[in-house]
This record gives sequence, C-alpha cells and structure tokens, in this order.
Amino acid sequence: MSTSMPEKPWIWQSETVIPSRAAAARATLDQLIAELARNGWPRCEIFRVRLAVEEALVNAIKHGNRQDPSKRIQVGFCLFTDLVRIEIVDEGRGFDPATLPDCTDSEHLDEPCGRGVMLMRSLMSRVEFNVPGNRVTLEKERNKEPGLSPREDRGKG
Amino acid sequence: MPGLRRVEVNEVGDVTVVHFRDQKIIEDLGIQEMGQELFQLVEGENRKKLVLNFSSVDFLSSAALGKLITLDKKAKARGGSLKLCNIRPEIYEVFAITRLNRLFDICDDEADALAAF
Repeated sequence: MSTSMPEKPWIWQSETVIPSRAAAARATLDQLIAELARNGWPRCEIFRVRLAVEEALVNAIKHGNRQDPSKRIQVGFCLFTDLVRIEIVDEGRGFDPATLPDCTDSEHLDEPCGRGVMLMRSLMSRVEFNVPGNRVTLEKERNKEPGLSPREDRGKG
Repeated sequence: MPGLRRVEVNEVGDVTVVHFRDQKIIEDLGIQEMGQELFQLVEGENRKKLVLNFSSVDFLSSAALGKLITLDKKAKARGGSLKLCNIRPEIYEVFAITRLNRLFDICDDEADALAAF
C-alpha cells in the first residue's frame, strides 16, 4: 500500500480483489469492522470508519467500475495500534475530486452529488486520491472524541 | 398500512409517523424501495405532516440521505413538512457534517416532533 507516513508494526492486514458487487464489498468491509471491534475501537469510531469505507466502496463500484461485472476492485486494509489505513483501487477512468460541488453550500444542499466524498473527508483523518482518481487511501487515527447529539448541537448555539 | 417492506406507518392525529424497518439503510434496492414508499405517502396519499422516527436505524449511507432530501423537496412542494427524530448521535453527526441538520427539522424524540407541527 502506498503511504506518506512512517511504517509501524501492523496488527492485522488484508489484501483482496473483489468483483464490482455491493455484497462482496460489504463482506470485505465486515472483516475490517470485526477487527476494529476485536481491537477495542470505540463504537463511534467504528461507525465513522464503516461509513467512510462504505462510501468509498460504493463510489468504486458505481462511479469507478460503473457496475461492470468484468471489472475488479482491490481492497487493502492495514490496522495498527492507533491507526487504520484503507486503500481502494477500481478499474475506472478516475475523477477529479476538486470538481465535486460543495454539498454544504446552501445552493447545493439538496443535490445528491459529492456528499459521499465529503463524508469520507470529514469522518477520516486523511483521505487522498491519486491522479487520475481511481485509487483512494483513507486513514483514521484512533481517538476518543465523542459524537455530537442533536441536543448538544442545539446547545452550541 | 400493510404491504410496505421498508417502512411502518402510523397515524397520530393528522400526523403520519414513519418507522424504518431496516437497521442499516445502505443496500441499493432497500434505499430505492424506501424512497418509493415514502414518496407515495407524500405524492400518492397527499400526507402533509410526516415524522420520520429513526429509533431503529443504526446506520445509513449518503444514498439514503439523498432520498430523504428528495422527500423533503416533494413534501415542501406540496405544502407539507417533515420532522426527524430519535436520531442516534453517530447518525446525527452525519447530518451535521453534511449541513443537513439545517435543511431538516430534527427533534429529540417523537413527542417533540409531534409537538413541533
């Protein structure tokens, strides 16, 4: 897996090639979630990783490989004590993430595009796309920051 | 309302209360069906006041959010409105990140949502 960070000893890793099908992607993702749970990651952190990776896999299947059953997706997971790294490579032509609309802009709030990538960036510690954009690397550092409830959010202001 | 695969519908006065049958709203077919069932309430049955109760939902994807956004547009276009409630903190975070907490009226629980109309 490509990385810009110094390597530390990993606890668990997995490299698989899956067909462009949601069921195969979820089965692979479930393995990662089980490893995070086994290693005591907090529930809210597991939720964030699951959602970000789910969005990345759906993008690879739908937008990357365009659900072409002849195309494959490489999925790599590497779990360290305090960090998890995920790499997803599809066989599509890629895309430029800078061209996605800002879905938090009130003008685009009700548009469907770009929300998945935005969630990935917000939920993970690092998200990097290669050029041309058919490979995404996601990293999540383990921390204990709590989630935000509606009541707490309203209390902020 | 029998025959609905993805949502369970109850009426409280003039308000339609929707519970979701799926714990995880991620699968393509499930999201499509959920959307159709919700749109039918607004478009086919002309229901104006909807409460979406997320108490049974522990995970949803951006595709599911897309359906909720479309539902909100359809409801507003017909002079109706939605209230969302019982959203667990992890999912609320998703609404907050995507600023959809500004688009939707999100209440703590069903009683608050019913009182908010």
